[in-house]
Amino acid sequence: MAFILLVNGTEQHADVEPEKPLLYVLRDDLGLTGTKYGCGEGQCGACTVLVDGNPERSCRLPSSSVTGKKITTIEGLKRGDRLHPVQQAFLDVEAFQCAYCTPGMIISAAALLERTPNPSEEQIISHMEGHICRCGAYGRIIEAVRRAATLGSPKNA
Amino acid sequence: MRDSADRTMQVGDDLHQVPLHDSELRQHNTISRLPHAFNFDRRGFFKVLGGGLLVCITARHAISQESGANVHHDHELPKTLDSWLHIGENGEVTAFTGKVEVGQNVRTSLAQQVAEELRVPLTSVRLIMGDTELTPYDMGTFGSRTTPQMGMQLRKVSASARGVLIQVAAERWSADAGSLTAENGKIRDAKTNRSITYAELVHGQKLAKVIADDPELTPAKDWKIAGRPAPKTNGHDFVTGAHEYTSDIKLPGMLHGKIVRPAAFHAKLVSCDTSQAEKIPGISVVRDGDFIGVSAADVMTADRAAQAIRAQWDAPPQISDRELFDHLRKSAPDKSDDQEQYVLGSVEQSRAQAAKTLQKTYTVAYIAHTPLEPRAAVAEWKDGKLTVWTGTQRPFAVSEELAQAFRLSPESVRVIVPDTGSAYGGKHTGEAAVEAARLAKAAGKPVKLIWSREEEFTWAYFRPAGVIDVSSGAKADGSLVYWEYDNYNSGPAAMRTPYEVANQRIAFHPSDEPLRQGSYRSLAAAANHFARESHMDELARELRIDPLEFRLKNLKNDRLRAVFQAAAEKFGWGKQKNSSGRGFGIGGGFEKGGYIATCAEVSAERGGVKVVRVVQAFDCGAVVNPQGLKNQIAGAIVQGLGGALFEAIRFENGRIVNPHLAEYRVPRFTDLPHIDVVLVDRKDQRSMGAGETPLTGIAPAVANAIFDAAGVRLRSMPMAPGGLPSHAV
Repeated sequence: MAFILLVNGTEQHADVEPEKPLLYVLRDDLGLTGTKYGCGEGQCGACTVLVDGNPERSCRLPSSSVTGKKITTIEGLKRGDRLHPVQQAFLDVEAFQCAYCTPGMIISAAALLERTPNPSEEQIISHMEGHICRCGAYGRIIEAVRRAATLGSPKNA
Repeated sequence: MRDSADRTMQVGDDLHQVPLHDSELRQHNTISRLPHAFNFDRRGFFKVLGGGLLVCITARHAISQESGANVHHDHELPKTLDSWLHIGENGEVTAFTGKVEVGQNVRTSLAQQVAEELRVPLTSVRLIMGDTELTPYDMGTFGSRTTPQMGMQLRKVSASARGVLIQVAAERWSADAGSLTAENGKIRDAKTNRSITYAELVHGQKLAKVIADDPELTPAKDWKIAGRPAPKTNGHDFVTGAHEYTSDIKLPGMLHGKIVRPAAFHAKLVSCDTSQAEKIPGISVVRDGDFIGVSAADVMTADRAAQAIRAQWDAPPQISDRELFDHLRKSAPDKSDDQEQYVLGSVEQSRAQAAKTLQKTYTVAYIAHTPLEPRAAVAEWKDGKLTVWTGTQRPFAVSEELAQAFRLSPESVRVIVPDTGSAYGGKHTGEAAVEAARLAKAAGKPVKLIWSREEEFTWAYFRPAGVIDVSSGAKADGSLVYWEYDNYNSGPAAMRTPYEVANQRIAFHPSDEPLRQGSYRSLAAAANHFARESHMDELARELRIDPLEFRLKNLKNDRLRAVFQAAAEKFGWGKQKNSSGRGFGIGGGFEKGGYIATCAEVSAERGGVKVVRVVQAFDCGAVVNPQGLKNQIAGAIVQGLGGALFEAIRFENGRIVNPHLAEYRVPRFTDLPHIDVVLVDRKDQRSMGAGETPLTGIAPAVANAIFDAAGVRLRSMPMAPGGLPSHAV
């Protein structure tokens, strides 16, 4: 089945089975491999993308269900040459080790800051709880989200 | 059993010098070294890297025909090179290592050491890692050996290269090499104040020098680039999603693979009907012995084809987790090559001297590494040569595995390891590589295979479960009299006690392994620290002596004393009183050249156990990258919490019962305690690895804190998978 997906501001033609999870369409058909497979059960958050601004687990999302919605992946977060404040903060704080979880973490944190520009530590933890970092960089991830909040909105960046 | 007299060692001397002992190497399934792994001649090297200067170090034992620095012109480079480094015509430095990057950040810390010795900015150094065709042979990235061994090797080749550059400049200027210095990518002549960049020096050259000397290295106290915080060298690629992990690689015409797994461990294939799968257009089906797999142009089709295959399996009856600890104890043979025993004095003859004695048993469950990137491989056959990209800690061993599996010469196989989505000791093997290669061979096209989370939980290997019996005696003043320690199956790493005990018998007994088991970050050191440091705490409380005071009373090693004292001071040990539901614990030890002490504060109530605060002091000699080291230590504490409190693989008759993240709980954001890391930077000591030992202190510190809080002694890891046991509150 052919349909159109709006990914990172570009219309993409997907000719795939409608139930094919968005994760595989992004990675295998559109070449956007920044979004990762971690568990396929919505438990680890590595596959998180924004759908109309909301963080969603793309591993369980039939791709046909998001036609007409704005999809943002880690590749679409930069503004021109500038990193999104959350990307910059993750880099500044080095909030990663193997960094396989990082794109999902950054996407989720970006959604949080969009709605809650100055989150408390409790708000960050509660929002990010669905993400797993097996290297255990949770402390620095929290620090990075707080730092990103001080770097200002991506729109002004 | 081996002659125990041979194994008797003086505690406190060589104990601190042994980074990795025999049984550990056996646990790592060490393979013999290939005759050489240097497929490139000099021309090939410059073809890949461009002109410039290539500096090589020969193995010490093979230098009899060499003297000093030889210039090699058109003949081949020696086959016995240990390391090599290239300085390009643009001044870019490329260093080569068979080690791999799996999140421990050695790409950065090794580059720092190269930059330091070569006197160039860190940004001009790049590392080629884990490529069996381009990098020197390496046994594997494990055992916390990258920093002490590879760091040293790269420092040597870099310092040698600096010497060569000085020599080349001296020749060009007809100057005395003694008056020249290297600094910030330039050679400077102090007499004339002229200088030349490395790029200018090697421009237009194709110069290869082989060095056999041991160069003088820069002592840590004089380091300017190493020893200071450095950001991850390729960090930008990770925050943008640009970095290509194995699972992200795409080759032209590549197919996606899927394996049909047996119904249980040790199952034999009885019958197999692939006819429905073969009807699917574009599908390639492989049936080779008990191996069944498919590949297709997309994952959905491959999945569908795998599901369409009807396979009947016959599996033998197997034990279940309920019988695990009995099985481990009973199945340990009386004699085995892997058995180890250390004896000092006589436990039997000293028993009467003890005023207090204690005999307890501790257990640890099987746990899974759960790397967030599951096993993955991309395999390509081209002109009789096999190239496999895969996330493994042992590229050369996987290369050999592939050569054996497909009856190829070692030169016909190349394994490349992109920076990988973690491993923790769980990726020593090449399962996905062999499987992808088999599928690619059948399909005649490159194949990518990514294991599902369920496959990773089931068909990888686990950290060994174990039973540990400890029997001890102490005098009323708190001095230890005897220490008897029997470890069944979990492993011998760090099983010897660092405390001064005149009478010891410490033994490791391998058992029949009900599940496939292997390496894990810190190996058995986590289990052995849990048992020993829990037991020390129990003994201290029996003797009514403060647990820290009890340890220090029986401890001579200065470096271990220092970390205990540093952790206790930062934590405020002894300054706060426990109360119902709130307690404090301490534990520590040493392993792989690292000294560790951990203090924990827990809140233990009916709802569960929450680790509130952790202070960990760590000494691994001269610190190379404090930024990366703190990340490693905090991460090890978090990872260690999982095994301490709630991680356990459940299994029944050859099947894993909980092969999903919904059922196998790993630490999450809400489990994070407040963590303070105290780095004890010993610039006078050799730099040692730090990936593993920081994981060993947390479990006993938490166990001891739970006892302090709730008066209940938990002797099985995981300690509180469903919260605190009901009898505890």
